[in-house]
Amino acid sequence: MTERDLIIVGAGPAGMAAALSAHENGVRDILLLERDQYPGGILNQCVHTGFGLTYFKENLTGPEYAHRLIEKINAIKEIEVSFKSFAIKLTREKELTFIKPGKLERLKPKALILASGARERTREMIHIPGERPAGIFSAGLAQKLINIEGLLPGKEVVIIGSGDIGLIMARRFILEGAKVKAVIEIQKQSRGLARNAVQCVEDFGIPFYLSHKVSKIYGKKRAEKVDVVKIDENSNEISASRFQIECDTVLISVGLIPEIELIDGLDPVSIPGLFICGNASKIYDLADSVSRDALLAGKQAAEYIKSI
Amino acid sequence: MRKLICIECPRSCVLRVDIQNCRVVKVTGEKCPKGRDYAVSEVENPQRVLTSTVSTSGLALKMVPVRTDRPIPKDKILEAAAEARKMKLERPVKVGEIIAENFLGLGVNLIATRGVEF
Repeated sequence: MTERDLIIVGAGPAGMAAALSAHENGVRDILLLERDQYPGGILNQCVHTGFGLTYFKENLTGPEYAHRLIEKINAIKEIEVSFKSFAIKLTREKELTFIKPGKLERLKPKALILASGARERTREMIHIPGERPAGIFSAGLAQKLINIEGLLPGKEVVIIGSGDIGLIMARRFILEGAKVKAVIEIQKQSRGLARNAVQCVEDFGIPFYLSHKVSKIYGKKRAEKVDVVKIDENSNEISASRFQIECDTVLISVGLIPEIELIDGLDPVSIPGLFICGNASKIYDLADSVSRDALLAGKQAAEYIKSI
Repeated sequence: MRKLICIECPRSCVLRVDIQNCRVVKVTGEKCPKGRDYAVSEVENPQRVLTSTVSTSGLALKMVPVRTDRPIPKDKILEAAAEARKMKLERPVKVGEIIAENFLGLGVNLIATRGVEF
């Protein structure tokens, strides 16, 4: 089995920053694994601005933020990036198995940084009754379809939840010529940043219902309409307030969860030389915070490698 | 007095803006100088940077992300977005390269925010 000094899983805002930091702190053999064919992770589909204000002191789009990191990574020959590489197994002894086209590899790094990001919470996790037609997407999936694949998932959209991705997608659908009929948030206030409620929802006059929930989704083949109901202080539905909105698309934007199946069944704290950073560690509001967290992980991994 | 939420950074400062004859005379609540500038612009001449995507033909990516290199009037955003939807990029570009000069005659350029090759 090949030995490596440091392996980092994920080449997004966390993994790339971790690699740069580890290199700056003396690590000279770094393997960055990325499952996509390009570096950048989710930044590539975040075409809006708001990135880099603290990390680069500039207001950048997601792809521009990624580009800054990619240029630095490419300039360092001791950082090897392996694309289409998907980590599938990690043992207590830090043996890592990953697949890439035509290959299955097992490596044993001195230190390993998990920078695998997060995935979206789904409709199933918030228990919305009703039918299961086509036309229900998580907000980030819709973002990928529009911004990467060039496909518009629907024409008349209702957004459930007011996470930042949902708010950003409200504007995105409008800019692509679709109609956004409502954003429905169960809490008393917007879950996403106030600036996004302003520039993505208010700017376009989209109805924003707080303390409301979607109580049912209708649709035979494709989504047709939703029931919306106001809820009281105790989260009980106020039946008299119920109304319907016709739509062909429902977006779910109810938060993220770390994507860390790789350490299922392991106790990560008890494994020396294993570090977790960015959204794989906890969910951050900003990519800048993810990168800052990763700088620390890169430094700690470097210190660990020196110490053994 | 008009209440605005600053969109310049994630802090989302709540600005209280005193207005006389459509002009901003006083801003409070901002935590940095950008807040005042935003309030003045938002009241007197609201502007936004457009970010969108442009479809491609014969290139490695199906879509290239784009933005205006400077803000444009807020009431032109939908028209500008519709224009971007009509465009097709057929040549490789680098990050920051101009895709459309003097976009819609607004005195701004539409630039690529991601590089793309054949």
